[in-house]
Amino acid sequence: MSIVAKFQIECFSCIDADGHAVAELPEFALDRDVLIELYRWMVLTRAFDERAITLQRTGRLGTYASSLGQEAVGVGLAHAMLAEDVLLPSFREHGAQLVRGVTAGEILQFWGGDERGSDFSGPRSDFPVSIPVASQAAHAVGAALAFKLSKAQRVAVAVLGDGATSKGDFYESLNIAGAWNLPVVFVVANNQWAISVPRADQTAAATLAQKAVAAGITGLQVDGNDVVVVRKAVSDALEQARNGSRPCLIEALTYRLSDHTTVDDASRYRDDEEVSAHWQAEPIARLRKHLIAVHGWTKEEESDLVELCAAEVDESADAYLAESPQPPETIFDYTYASLPQSLVKQRGELLALLKDADNGTEHEQ
Amino acid sequence: MNSNPQSSGKELTMVEAINLALRHAMTEDETVILLGEDVGIDGGVFRVTDGLINDFGAERVRDTPLSEALIGGLPVGLSAMGFRPVAEIQFMGFIYPIIDQLVNHASRLRTRTRGRLSCPLVIRAPFGGGIGAPEHHSESMEALFAHIPGIRVVIPSSPAKAYGLLLASIRDPDPVVFLEPKRLYRSERESVFDNGDALPLDQAFVLRSGADVTLISWGAMLTETLAAADLLAQESVSAEVIDVASVKFLDFETILGSVRKTGRCVIIHEAPLTGGLGGEIAARIADEGLMHLLAPIARIAGWDVVMPLPRLESHYLPSPNRIVAAVRRAMDYC
Repeated sequence: MSIVAKFQIECFSCIDADGHAVAELPEFALDRDVLIELYRWMVLTRAFDERAITLQRTGRLGTYASSLGQEAVGVGLAHAMLAEDVLLPSFREHGAQLVRGVTAGEILQFWGGDERGSDFSGPRSDFPVSIPVASQAAHAVGAALAFKLSKAQRVAVAVLGDGATSKGDFYESLNIAGAWNLPVVFVVANNQWAISVPRADQTAAATLAQKAVAAGITGLQVDGNDVVVVRKAVSDALEQARNGSRPCLIEALTYRLSDHTTVDDASRYRDDEEVSAHWQAEPIARLRKHLIAVHGWTKEEESDLVELCAAEVDESADAYLAESPQPPETIFDYTYASLPQSLVKQRGELLALLKDADNGTEHEQ
Repeated sequence: MNSNPQSSGKELTMVEAINLALRHAMTEDETVILLGEDVGIDGGVFRVTDGLINDFGAERVRDTPLSEALIGGLPVGLSAMGFRPVAEIQFMGFIYPIIDQLVNHASRLRTRTRGRLSCPLVIRAPFGGGIGAPEHHSESMEALFAHIPGIRVVIPSSPAKAYGLLLASIRDPDPVVFLEPKRLYRSERESVFDNGDALPLDQAFVLRSGADVTLISWGAMLTETLAAADLLAQESVSAEVIDVASVKFLDFETILGSVRKTGRCVIIHEAPLTGGLGGEIAARIADEGLMHLLAPIARIAGWDVVMPLPRLESHYLPSPNRIVAAVRRAMDYC
């Protein structure tokens, strides 16, 4: 017998649940302004999630997936990215999208059932959310191949959930990222639940990060509720990918404090005690504690920031609600680059129906 | 094969014609990237990509791992970022994992981003029966793909068609599934001019003019259809033969124009009858051409059975005699 391969998975953290530094902090995390910026994005994300759920509950938004409790993952990873990098999100990365420059109004528009919400005015190359789990991993390696072929110093960042790590397209993407040495970073937001199936029932693997080992790429774990370590780990991974095309998988340990979506009821499958316990480790409170303890964060600053975030969300929600729907015939207009003859006819039929409906309304009046 | 891109009017097989089209596309547009299983040094299991790695390098002619879901998904990201991937699925029997990516992403990225991102990609796959291939290598499942909004499905019927239609597919700004009837890969040679001229998509081709009946088919089944037309000529029945070529989008102008003229129509396809594209064509003729019909529309298709293994596959594939019999019934009807 001989041992032909051995591996270990490292888990990193910078700031613990009490706000204490548990490791030497990276340089950016010594800068009060940077920490406040990260804090602001997380508070904004939570305010946005709350508003989105209110809109859904009052019939003004479709089914919505909250990122409550996972704000540090999205904010940390997006804050580490350069503008020219490309984000390929799952459906719970509102924080990441906001940091990338997708507007709150656009995110609401998408979840409100309007395609224009994915025509981002900010990050024009970022992908829209991917609802089929893990499918975006394949797009990420495709985008990464494009960057490698064109010798662009850009990196594709795919965000996946723990559930995605059970899927074939996840493995296939990891595998080719390694085989072709592509500039891609996979961030697995392990929120411990794939709807109702807990992490322990999804795989016998001790970590999700070690799935990278089989693909021959770097895999590591971070405390996903620690925005500092998420930002640091992603930043390091991006640098490696950018300079050497070396791919990486980062498992960010977090917890989904919300239901899976607004049509889910998590009390059917998990205990309140478990959720309450995880509230003790959530990302926003810990950074606030750190800011107070280390950077003299004041109550006034806190209430000003909360107020500003609320106002920003209010403004976006108002704008979203005031938006007129797209003309119905636009359902035809982007299916192909130019309308095929068969669709010209069908589009005409829809327009005729609309005209009839209009005439009917006028007649009734 | 080492065709000179400048050469013209060579007698080529379909395999050589596809190779030539790929070579032309890669020469004219450096964003064209080939990928698939064994497409590199091996030149593909049918040698369609033979020699391309030597001329264009391993960066642009890429052997993938055995990863069909990825061969569907990776081109979505690659094309959205400005490249024109041409991905090969080794046999249609292995294409089904990519349907996820076609339905959920490639077909809809343009519309869901309101035109911000799009997928100018081509998925090539050999398909169809009649060569005594192993299990899973002989099905004709084009209707599965034609049902997907947001893509096109193209099936060439000859070397020159393959050259022109593949160039059009690669240049098209939207996803195209390009299905190659492998029975025709080496069965005939045709003069192919490497002039870079594409054939139009969404257009059918009239292969033979006739006055009494319209025979509509595509891909390898045109062999049987043309043979049937020859047999019918001996009976003084003049058959018009239409090569559909683009099964999505169907060119109804050509089809209806012919049926209006002949008043009779037989649709022939190798794919199983139920849910096959013959139903779509028949429905549309009934919709818009009913008053021109002198006889019911007939469909001659594969049976609704699992594709038999080679020893019995000839009993599955529509034969010229079946087609002729259907035409005789139509002629007798009126």
